[in-house]
Amino acid sequence: MRALNIIQTAYRATLEEQDDPVVWITHAMKGAGAELGVLLRGNAVNYTVKAQLVPPLAFGARQQRQAPHLAEAISALMDKGIDVHVVVEDLADRGLEAEELIDGLKPIRRSELPKLLQTYDRVWQW
Amino acid sequence: MKSKKTLTFALMDAPFETARTTTAMRLLDIAARRGYDINVFAYEGAVYVPFALQKRHANSVHGHDVEQEDHPLPREWVVALAQEAARNGGRLDWVNCGLCVDERGAEETVAGVRRGSPADFWKMAAASDNTLVIPTK
Repeated sequence: MRALNIIQTAYRATLEEQDDPVVWITHAMKGAGAELGVLLRGNAVNYTVKAQLVPPLAFGARQQRQAPHLAEAISALMDKGIDVHVVVEDLADRGLEAEELIDGLKPIRRSELPKLLQTYDRVWQW
Repeated sequence: MKSKKTLTFALMDAPFETARTTTAMRLLDIAARRGYDINVFAYEGAVYVPFALQKRHANSVHGHDVEQEDHPLPREWVVALAQEAARNGGRLDWVNCGLCVDERGAEETVAGVRRGSPADFWKMAAASDNTLVIPTK
């Protein structure tokens, strides 16, 4: 079975979880043998921007270590053989150019999404 | 005009699910550093923010053991914020909605958190310079 994880809501608890929960579970399921793909759309296309970083987080005297590294987490998915598709129009709407993004992504137009979805047995919109 | 402000925040999101909890904590941190008197009314899932049984875990996806991962625990943030407020001459009064606690079995909290009701929120807001509601979406 092949499943596609669609991520649209971006930066959902990423500081508390040190990762995006859906990116994380994709890594975890892949480690358990799952065949998965990822589609980034809407604000989640920003996960592919290389220049993003998280400033140090502290509340009172409590310093928080291990900030999330989302672009690296997406790259790591691809390193594991997971296709990561990203909606071209959603990048353009946000003024994101190809040279700002991590390598290895599979750009896809909205009009091509039905064809992509048909290649998966399950499609999960998170 | 008095320089010391009293601010009330109503929080509604459970921890570990949205960015709003962290955003709220950032705002509370600014108020604590300024020595303001801060009231928090934790409503619905937010009663789990100071839940005492939150635990760290290792993360094999990140390749970290428990120590390396240093997983955030919002209960520790609540304690740190209370200490920061006190250090600067202010205070943090955190009230968990009692019925919300009962629904969830979230009775065990870090020290300093008290049980209350929407009436407490109303009283805190009435006695504050301003109130910010950060609801779940």
